[in-house]
Amino acid sequence: MTTATLHDVRFIEPEKTRNYINHDYGIFSWLLTRDHKRIAILYLFSVTIMFILGGFFAMMMRIELLTPEGDVLTSDTYNKFFTLHGVVMIFFFLIPVIPAVLGNFILPIMLGAKDLAFPRINLLSWYLYIIAAAVGLYVIIVGGVDTGWTFYTPFSTQYSNTHVLGTTFAGFVAGFSSILTGLNFMVTIHRMRAPGLTWYRLPLFVWSMYATSIVQLLATPVLAITLVMLMFERFFGVGIFDPALGGDPVLFQHMFWFYSHPAVYIMILPAMGVASEVVAAFTRKKIFGYKFVAFSSLAIAFLGFLVWAHHLFVAGISVYSALIFAFLSYFVAVPSAIKVFNWTATLYKASVSWQTPMLYILGFIGLFTIGGVTGLFLAALGLDIHVTDTYFVVAHFHYVMVGGVVMAYLAGIHYWWPKITGRMYPEWWARLAALLVFVGFNLTFLPQFVLGYLGMPRRYHAYAPEFQVLNVMSSAGASVLAVGYALPLFYLIWSLKGSRKAGPNPWGAVGLEWATTSPPPKENFHETPVVTWEAYDYPQFLAAMGETQNV
Amino acid sequence: MMLSDFPLWPEQASSVAGNVDALFIFMCVVCGGVSLLTFIVIFTLAIKYRRRPDNELAQDQEPPGWLEAGWIILPFFIFMVMFVWGAWVYFRLQRVPDDALDVYATGKQWMWKFQHPTGQREINELHVPVNRPVRITMASEDVIHSLFFPAFRTKMDVLPNRYRAMWFKATKVGRYHIFCAEYCGTLHSGMIGWVDVMEPTDYQRWLAGGPEGSLASQGEKLFQKYACNTCHTNDATGRGPVLIGLYGKPVELSDNRIVTADDNYIRESILNPTAKVVKGFSPIMPTFQGQVNEDDLIKLLAYVKSLGAQKTFVPEVQSQQKVQEHSGSPLNPGALPNEGKP
Repeated sequence: MTTATLHDVRFIEPEKTRNYINHDYGIFSWLLTRDHKRIAILYLFSVTIMFILGGFFAMMMRIELLTPEGDVLTSDTYNKFFTLHGVVMIFFFLIPVIPAVLGNFILPIMLGAKDLAFPRINLLSWYLYIIAAAVGLYVIIVGGVDTGWTFYTPFSTQYSNTHVLGTTFAGFVAGFSSILTGLNFMVTIHRMRAPGLTWYRLPLFVWSMYATSIVQLLATPVLAITLVMLMFERFFGVGIFDPALGGDPVLFQHMFWFYSHPAVYIMILPAMGVASEVVAAFTRKKIFGYKFVAFSSLAIAFLGFLVWAHHLFVAGISVYSALIFAFLSYFVAVPSAIKVFNWTATLYKASVSWQTPMLYILGFIGLFTIGGVTGLFLAALGLDIHVTDTYFVVAHFHYVMVGGVVMAYLAGIHYWWPKITGRMYPEWWARLAALLVFVGFNLTFLPQFVLGYLGMPRRYHAYAPEFQVLNVMSSAGASVLAVGYALPLFYLIWSLKGSRKAGPNPWGAVGLEWATTSPPPKENFHETPVVTWEAYDYPQFLAAMGETQNV
Repeated sequence: MMLSDFPLWPEQASSVAGNVDALFIFMCVVCGGVSLLTFIVIFTLAIKYRRRPDNELAQDQEPPGWLEAGWIILPFFIFMVMFVWGAWVYFRLQRVPDDALDVYATGKQWMWKFQHPTGQREINELHVPVNRPVRITMASEDVIHSLFFPAFRTKMDVLPNRYRAMWFKATKVGRYHIFCAEYCGTLHSGMIGWVDVMEPTDYQRWLAGGPEGSLASQGEKLFQKYACNTCHTNDATGRGPVLIGLYGKPVELSDNRIVTADDNYIRESILNPTAKVVKGFSPIMPTFQGQVNEDDLIKLLAYVKSLGAQKTFVPEVQSQQKVQEHSGSPLNPGALPNEGKP
């Protein structure tokens, strides 16, 4: 037995092997596949299309907001565009993106499993997503919807003349796709870990996906219930939320945010998982305070259920509720702070590589931190009264959702691209894109904090003239951001043919996914792996790799 | 473009604006400082320990326990300071001073309607005196709106099913934005207006141009028009409870609950009379849901409030005189709600 060197694991010449891409051909081998890796690719295509669609709506809004008057779009069109931007980006991009693309591909491999626990249910969840997306696209084609993605009553049940039923039905179906993914992951993590892969040897991505699946399983059904109630009121006139029918409009907000606040953690927890993987791989180091980072994910999942009414501070809740929910909101900030500090501490005496995935994650930490601390502003009751429903809130959640989730997703796509495709991406193009995304993002959303404090309300088609300079800055930033997002689309496609082949472990990273070939075979591993190393333990991992080579 | 066209700080024009801004600045300094420090540490470490031939593999360090404990406990302590300060400002924003001037607001797709006790009605324009607390009692005719005064640092959602009250004390004469902050449909961004903060003398002059008589006297006319007075008589002989001296007082219901006769109780008693029936009376009153619009409700409310101006029930002869004194004269309702409460 010998210990492999870092050079050995990184540059073993890939053999010509059958892998998940070339073991079978034909469209039905993809559309009816039960291979988690192929389903991940199906999701990759679908969420990318939805991201482009959602981005189009965003660009149209930024063009409209270049001038104070409503001139490019009509008010109704603008209202539909911000609604569709929200619906498409949240239900069809941010919620599925990391779990369904990266999680689907990498999670079973990280566990040393052949597939997820329920491969057919995995395919079903993609079809549910596609059905939901098709209904969503139908709604867009026949005229759209203008309620805002939050569907507040009684506007959505009584006053809107747009396609509320279709949209809520799409959200309802998409919810089941999310529930099934969560269920699949949870069972897989419990039941299908490789021999030797104890809970504390799990990569932190797995811990964060586990926490995510708890939230998906417990919160999403409430969304389904809420949307069904909304549909019943709108279609059959059952009085639940509409005061004219004896209902309570604020009840809808409670129910909606009981899902939609935890949904924020469905989006951000997987992003935190990616960040932990990338930080470990590009510092070649154990994540500082592994157990703290792991349990902080569970803490976020748990506490995330207790803070929903902080969206309602001006909406009509009692002073005492407001106090309790503000207090609890500060609790949920603690585990997020733990993660940021632990990632930072991991850099100490590390071997830091400034390759693209790490660039994105450094950006992620910065932007997520800003998104997080501005959340503290919003939890300060007396301050929230002024800034809620303004651009301050818009900037805050874009820092978390775009600066956080999308940056982490891009980091993950670059990090696992060699594993998914067997090819490296072009490093310098990728670094340029990362830089453009970072600069463009800040230029877009930093001015919006100022706009919000000045008092510009969100969802405004036309605005007071004194807000124009900051809006122009924001729109300029959005165009830089668009270029930054478009670049990977081109160079990643190019890399499939033009780029050099990646070995099994191009980064010299620790983890089961780097112990198999790139791209992995259909069954993920040629033989069942046995885990003898602690999470991110380089010496132990290299020793184990040396053994397998000598077999 | 002129710098004055490009403000970076909103106008400070209310008694709480300074408190909100101080908290905001504190948050900026603390959060900005900690974030900046974190970024500096990240970049210093990421540059200092960048990958070189001699550190291809990192040295693993076990975390000292105090470090983890430190960054759990210390942020939590700072968060609690933010919470307490935020709650303190919130209480200032919530507690309506006793001497507040009353204004009534109705949100409607897509305009703001304001009514003054003296009878003035305005649309998308609100005149208030400087240095005097103003309480706005408001409801919506359709969807949820939100009345937002950026210069006063306050806003509140306006609901279609009940009255809510917000307040401010303007401290600077001028014209400031009114925005609707809760998305309400097509012309949401057009549901805007101006609040005119005036010198007291100018305000008095503005009030003097009042039309139609006070809100309460308009309410009294409606009280007769809807024939409320056939049952709600001024003596105990009517089929409905006497409303004189009612406002702000505890009422015993037929199910023995005791509720306070506040704005929302009166609103509900008109729109959904059987929800809370006064002890000793039968649930015979018809609903006025759909017949009385929000503007008229406000007038009826102002009238019932004016009837409640007396401290206690008094013999009927005197009470009738009182009522006549009150109807038609400007109210001082700010002092009313707290009167007669046990």
